[in-house]
Amino acid sequence: MPDLLIELFSEEIPARMQAKAAADLKRMVTDGLVEAGLTYAAAGAFATPRRLALSVEGLTAESPDTREERKGPKVGAPEKAIEGFCRGAGVAREALEVRDTGKGEVYFAVIEQPGRQAAEIIAEVLDQTIRNFPWPKSMRWGAGSLKWVRPLHSILCILSDEGGAQIVPFEIDGITASDSTRGHRFMAPDAFSVTSFEDYETKLKRAKVVLRADERADLICSEASNQAFAAGLDLVEDPGLLAEVAGLVEWPVVLMGTIAEDFLGLPPEVLTASMKEHQKFFSVRDKTGQVVRFVTVANRETRDGGQTILAGNQKVLFARLSDAKFFWENDLRIATEGGQAWLDALDNVTFHNKLGTVAELVDRMARLSREVAPLVGADPDQAEQAARFAKADLSSEMVYEFPDLQGLMGRYYAQEAGLPDAVAHAAQEHYAPLGPSDTVPTAPVSVAVALAEKLDKLTGFWAIDEKPTGSKDPFALRRAALGVIRLVLENDLRLRLDRFIDAQLVRQKVKVEASLTHDEVAELVDMIAKHGVFGAAYRTMKDAWSSAEKPLSNGFGALAATVPDKSSDLLSFLHDRLKVYLRDQGISHDVIDASLAMPGNDDLLLLVKRARALAAFLQTDDGENLIQGFKRANNILTQAEEKDGVEYSFGADVKFADTDEERALFAALDAAERNIAAAMEAEDFAAAMSAMAALRAPIDAFFEAVQINTESEVLRRNRLNLLHRIRTICLAVADLRKLEG
Amino acid sequence: MTDTPRSFQEIILRLQTYWAAKGCAILQPYDMEVGAGTFHPATTLRSLGALPWAAAYVQPSRRPTDGRYGENPNRLQHYYQYQVLIKPSPPDLQDLYLGSLEAIGINMEMHDIRFVEDDWESPTLGAWGLGWEVWCDGMEVSQFTYFQQVGGHDCHPVSGELTYGLERLAMYVLGVDHVMDMPFNDPDAPIPLTYGDVFKQAEQEHSRYNFDVADTDALLKHFEDAERECAAILSHDQIDPKTGHKIVMALPAYDQAIKASHLFNLLDARGVISVTERQAYIGRVRALTKLCADAFVQTAAGGAK
Repeated sequence: MPDLLIELFSEEIPARMQAKAAADLKRMVTDGLVEAGLTYAAAGAFATPRRLALSVEGLTAESPDTREERKGPKVGAPEKAIEGFCRGAGVAREALEVRDTGKGEVYFAVIEQPGRQAAEIIAEVLDQTIRNFPWPKSMRWGAGSLKWVRPLHSILCILSDEGGAQIVPFEIDGITASDSTRGHRFMAPDAFSVTSFEDYETKLKRAKVVLRADERADLICSEASNQAFAAGLDLVEDPGLLAEVAGLVEWPVVLMGTIAEDFLGLPPEVLTASMKEHQKFFSVRDKTGQVVRFVTVANRETRDGGQTILAGNQKVLFARLSDAKFFWENDLRIATEGGQAWLDALDNVTFHNKLGTVAELVDRMARLSREVAPLVGADPDQAEQAARFAKADLSSEMVYEFPDLQGLMGRYYAQEAGLPDAVAHAAQEHYAPLGPSDTVPTAPVSVAVALAEKLDKLTGFWAIDEKPTGSKDPFALRRAALGVIRLVLENDLRLRLDRFIDAQLVRQKVKVEASLTHDEVAELVDMIAKHGVFGAAYRTMKDAWSSAEKPLSNGFGALAATVPDKSSDLLSFLHDRLKVYLRDQGISHDVIDASLAMPGNDDLLLLVKRARALAAFLQTDDGENLIQGFKRANNILTQAEEKDGVEYSFGADVKFADTDEERALFAALDAAERNIAAAMEAEDFAAAMSAMAALRAPIDAFFEAVQINTESEVLRRNRLNLLHRIRTICLAVADLRKLEG
Repeated sequence: MTDTPRSFQEIILRLQTYWAAKGCAILQPYDMEVGAGTFHPATTLRSLGALPWAAAYVQPSRRPTDGRYGENPNRLQHYYQYQVLIKPSPPDLQDLYLGSLEAIGINMEMHDIRFVEDDWESPTLGAWGLGWEVWCDGMEVSQFTYFQQVGGHDCHPVSGELTYGLERLAMYVLGVDHVMDMPFNDPDAPIPLTYGDVFKQAEQEHSRYNFDVADTDALLKHFEDAERECAAILSHDQIDPKTGHKIVMALPAYDQAIKASHLFNLLDARGVISVTERQAYIGRVRALTKLCADAFVQTAAGGAK
């Protein structure tokens, strides 16, 4: 069983593409080999800045012979059909066999494919792999037409077994496969030949190339940690940076340098960002957390132990940090004056061409933060103040230079401006949570502004019909929706979202359509606050205006036509995200649907409490059986109602009860109704469910003993009305009709 | 030759000598205000079409928004780029490039040279390419690009383009911290001159002019004039009625495109172009360079038969 080794040697491959490229090489080549009838024992792929390599062990030396029989037309069939069959099967007319199938004589074609040598197959597969390689971006070079990520220089392709290694004959666009490669660009540039994967890896290491990316990363990480430790310091770990740096070097040499005193007053995050973004340096901090040194990773050894390289890097860093310090000092001047210059500048920054400037965004966020504040335990004045400062840092020089520091710089500058701590923290935290694993803020002011930021974003893009579709979500609205959900649930917040969605949608629509007067908007928003959902508020306001004989602007009609729909559409978008979120926690979609169908479903915490209680209830024996009983009652009732064309909601009377079981059910329903009502009042869904569970035995016994469709019309009607009571009482807890199974 | 050069001009001269020895035509700067060496027709236009090409030159470049009145250690509104363009890109272009670093005194044995991904795109030229920024001990010393498209045309064959930021590179090689302190000629010359002696006053004057004085109404008008003239030139019949020859006039039209581009940069520095307008202006300049590229490929130098 031979082993296959392939190396594609090129100019420097971008670090971020290497890992996926190695995986793609492995997938494409091994898939191709297997499809052509070869098998293999194991495969591994590797990448360095200048090479992609693939080792396939235990490859079969040739593909097996294949034999296929195909049944064709009957003897005597039209000549055209027979010719067509021969063409399709690729056999000559004379080679057709005639067999008696018992239903007459039929032509058969026997197609025999002899096995092929592995080398021949490899050459084909490699050609296809190179030509169809899924680089994120690829290019042509020189006068050729081949595309690769950067110019491709040589290809090593050998099959080796006990007898030695053989070059696989292969050529593409003027590059002929060989058994040789090169070492490190500067330290060992000469070509050398290899006979196997082991030989390849060993010789590469001798030629100052560490083939495996994880080995390079480990070397960097352990050497950097050791150097930091020896100086009594800690390396700030950064897995993303480590992977990138490991993709920039073939022979990592770790060098630790110092940061000039002048810059130690900068916030550590600024030092880290500047060093990482521009120089790809790691940060090293002291025991107090201050960043005091850096680690750079060179791609070579030098006879002065890297001193020249380190000195050069320090010099570059000095210039970089001088810039950062310049930004920081300019920013501090504006911050200590309260940051007004930044807020003014937001007037000139477009948030979205239909949704206005960032200053307008801030204004909407401030109003909403104020409204949300009381419900999340925050002081409304502080929430508004926090929202108004939250985007100030977007105008700062530091954030212009390092966009990733947005929010964090806001916190520093708010502190510098003498704003309360809660306001400063909100400046940083109002963006959170940024994803499913990001921490959710808990400080009330931060929560208020974080909710306002996300609801404003959602309503804004809903107002202009920029909803996510399929895989497209350019404004990260799904993430915003999940953020709202997590903020509410993880902080145990009771709030009705409808009201805020409506209020904000109106503000957004007004911006977009610029058709309502400021007073009209203010009044409308007030109404929404008082009356909740938009439709009710709209009617109330319209009535108030028409009785006061105020003229209604045209804009009002336009709003009325669109806002209620958008509002419910956005709420169901939130519900969809909630379903995904709960499904990940093991709550099935029908349980959520049963809870969603209940009133007040814009109160996400209540909704989830109900769904959790229902899911737990369904796990119990009583729960499962009760659902069956409920469904039986509901089915019989629904059928009867359809047939009779009436609704049996007159109330059942116990005096028409005919059996003990029937009377027992009356008593049980009376008790359950009381208990469920009390439990629902207390929003104790578990208690409501167990009150419902108490109905299981009486319902089962009732169905056991009683025939619903009896001959006495009075009894039948009473029993159907009794079923109706079962339905009503159960549906008060959750819409059990939505449950599956 | 790895001895250290002593002045800014020596570094330029060594690059000229090196690339001349490698077979490039050493051209002189283009006599117009441009934002980068790429704008020189020896790069933009000559990267189009099938004819082979190899040229190197210094190009004075202007970026009005980068003016700092000569105070910033490495930001200038007027600076020099060294530009090399070879078509088709030779297979050993990386080695040729590294040789040029050795020629200006960077010893490969002592320094850490890295090719770090940097894809190049010029929205005003309608051009893009793939390549790297080249780092020497963590400092970007050059841009290295394989042109894929220019003026909306696919490059076939592909040109390899090298751009050296001369001041920054020279400061590094000469060990100078502030550009104005850099020796321009030899420090032992009878009249030693620093970069500041030559350019400090110019930086101050142009910074003031660019940021506060340039007449924006006039600039806007010039921009529109150049835009109109560019299109007008190319609207003429390709056959010259006087000589009876085919004379396309891609180059004079391209001069107008260069003018429009620089005027846009000046307007940008004056802060009169809003974020949304900015895209529109860039699009207008791109439309001009595209017209010129379309015309150039119909000329002999552009490879037309």
